[in-house]
Amino acid sequence: MASVTTHDHAHDHGHDHDHHGPGPWTRIFTTTNHKDIGSMYLWFSLLMFFVGGAMALLIRAELFTPGLQVVQPEVFNSLTTVHALVMIFGAVMPAFVGFANWLIPLQIGAADMAFPRMNNWSFWLMIPATVLLMASFFVPGGAAASGWTLYPPLSTQGGIGVDMTIIAIHILGASSIMGSINIITTILNMRAPGMTLMRMPMFVWTWLITAYLIIAVMPVLAGCITMLLTDRHFGTAFFNAAGGGDPTMFMHIFWFFGHPEVYILILPAFGIMSQIIPTFSRKPLFGYASMVYATASIAILSFIVWGHHMFTVGMPAAGQLFFMYATMLIAVPTGVKIFNWIATMWRGSITFETPMLFAIGFLCMFTLGGFSGLVLSIVPVDITLHNTYYVVAHFHYVLFPGAIWALMAGVYFWLPKWTGRMYNETLGKWHFWLSAISFNVTFFPQHFLGLAGMPRRIPDYALQFAEWNMISTIGAFALGFSQLLFVYNVFSCIRSGEKAKERQWDSADSLEWTHLPSPVPYHTFEMPPDLRGAKAVH
Amino acid sequence: MSATTGGYYFAPPSKWPVVGSTALMFLGAGTVLWMNQIQPYGAALQLIGFAVLIYMLFGWFGNVISESESGLYNKQVDASYRWSMGWFIFSEVMFFAAFFGALYYARVFSVPWLADLDNAFLWEGYAAKWPTLGPYFQQDPALAFQSMGAWGIPALNTALLLASGVTITYAHHALIDNNRNGLIWGLVATIGLGAVFLGFQIYEYVHAYSDLNLKLSSGVFGSTFYLLTGFHGFHVTLGAIMLTVILFRCIKGHFKPDRHFGFEAVAWYWHFVDVVWLGLFIFVYVLV
Repeated sequence: MASVTTHDHAHDHGHDHDHHGPGPWTRIFTTTNHKDIGSMYLWFSLLMFFVGGAMALLIRAELFTPGLQVVQPEVFNSLTTVHALVMIFGAVMPAFVGFANWLIPLQIGAADMAFPRMNNWSFWLMIPATVLLMASFFVPGGAAASGWTLYPPLSTQGGIGVDMTIIAIHILGASSIMGSINIITTILNMRAPGMTLMRMPMFVWTWLITAYLIIAVMPVLAGCITMLLTDRHFGTAFFNAAGGGDPTMFMHIFWFFGHPEVYILILPAFGIMSQIIPTFSRKPLFGYASMVYATASIAILSFIVWGHHMFTVGMPAAGQLFFMYATMLIAVPTGVKIFNWIATMWRGSITFETPMLFAIGFLCMFTLGGFSGLVLSIVPVDITLHNTYYVVAHFHYVLFPGAIWALMAGVYFWLPKWTGRMYNETLGKWHFWLSAISFNVTFFPQHFLGLAGMPRRIPDYALQFAEWNMISTIGAFALGFSQLLFVYNVFSCIRSGEKAKERQWDSADSLEWTHLPSPVPYHTFEMPPDLRGAKAVH
Repeated sequence: MSATTGGYYFAPPSKWPVVGSTALMFLGAGTVLWMNQIQPYGAALQLIGFAVLIYMLFGWFGNVISESESGLYNKQVDASYRWSMGWFIFSEVMFFAAFFGALYYARVFSVPWLADLDNAFLWEGYAAKWPTLGPYFQQDPALAFQSMGAWGIPALNTALLLASGVTITYAHHALIDNNRNGLIWGLVATIGLGAVFLGFQIYEYVHAYSDLNLKLSSGVFGSTFYLLTGFHGFHVTLGAIMLTVILFRCIKGHFKPDRHFGFEAVAWYWHFVDVVWLGLFIFVYVLV
């Protein structure tokens, strides 16, 4: 039914142009269309991915050999700080919001997001924030050099660049909170008749839970950095022992935000996985309900594990034990998800198109990162490994092949639907294999470096770490340049890819594949599809 | 997509988001410069940013109000606003939770730990009493302060805010009963009580600074005291401004007995501010 109406719109160009009226520039600035805004988010995050990546390559270039050669130590510290902030707040989060914008209305049968204007504001707030963050490199004292966690006293002593970072994070926080309120409202209030909560695709579910996490913890971060700001400029003593405060207090408040933030970066990735793996296994997702409950459990548990980021600050043994066991508990729902994905593939007739390659890569690499996380959750082990390259290896294993490969997989998976054209499959496979090999060349040696005692966030190191650092840097440059294949593939897909079919992946069964043509018309589901009595879509 | 689709009103393209981002660009950059005493550029940029922000707020809310008044919003749109306001207030709760958390942490952990055996050599003779200036600041007699008593102005302020909760509920019932006079006077009373509360807060701050020597820089006590009460006062101010807008809308004849979420949203916000105050009264003033 609905697909018939939307087909009509696709060919009705006069109608289409009506809404594009103002010309491309005005449209970018004023649009209220979830597809426009989703695309803007995705392009922005792609750009920031390369900005953050360039910083990573500067870091690795410095670490290629012992001694100081490329950058000064202060600049090195700024690079590690801003690399993390850019990747977290500029690349991964906006990219997932881009997916949310594009897909949530399509997958629940809504015409748009609940608050189209606020949606556009969420995007445009990222621009002043990014300008402030990037400009901080060029002010006296340089960008914040305290690490992305902004621990005092380093951050209370830094220069004007720290203030710019704090204000940038405030603005990004406002953007994330508005975006999340929009997403939750859309999911709770805009579903088509018959699209019950337990029939929503997993991507929608994971975003519902992620948005809840963002609304719960972003304001805590805002409070935390506000206290930092007043400590810096207005004489308060929150994080100053001389006045009865405690720098450790900052760490507690920060990680109360920071740990849920980690799941904010990975839960939508789980959602994308839960759509891709069943499609290419040609089987429905195994254990849909348990996936929903596992995701919710991970979210709730994420509020009570923050102490594992600070086992070495001198917390009471009871605190260490509590946070250690609570952290280990998270392995249970995460295990449920991993096993469900494997059970989905079990005896499926699997094909290995690019999205599936990235999905399987995700499954292997993310599990490895999860295991090194379990290793780090053990207090006595963490005390020796804290602040070593083992930690760097761990979180890059969960974030690069976790969050970013899920994004890559998602882009390959939905490009045919978004653009109406197919990407180049051979090139996609090259992109995957080059990424997979070079990622492991980059980060696997960092486990060895960490176990051998190399501290993180230093521009220079002892000679015995030289070989693995050199290998890691070679891997990093290969990894960085492999991503150009992705950019080329996306551009050539948009310009000259083969025409995609309405249901490019024959067993993809969410609404955007079953009810809408490729490319998706500018306006969709102007009348919500009636899904009552229809087969469940997972 | 200016037409209503499936009955739900989707906003047409709008310039306000970009105007708002421009405002925050100026405001953010200006604040950074101002805090680092780079004047007059800081203050100038802040002023521009603030002016653009006000322009945006008038324009954007004006849009929403006229859409609402011309009947473009159906029940589903109304539900969207309800969900979003609820989640927004939840985010505000978590914002205050950060500062309450800092207060609890200071009282339960950091201050007692500064007086324990580990710190006995570093801070000899420091007694972990609340309120405290902290082990180093207290060595300077010029910084000594007295804390604010609970049963003077703060108790009165509690009564004022609780009373304002009653008057806004009265106004709400009057709105439902189509009693416009009761609605307007209920709102006027609420705003008045809020204004008196704010006046008392300002008086209390002046008293604290000039008579009690209790300042923002009075160790962790002064820090938590001023940031908690200050952010609360800021929220009361915003609430009072929102109530004033609602009052003017009521005088113009906006809202109907069955359709008035603009009013209810502000009432929710006002009650939230009220509840935060109760937490403040107990943990900041009474349990000193």
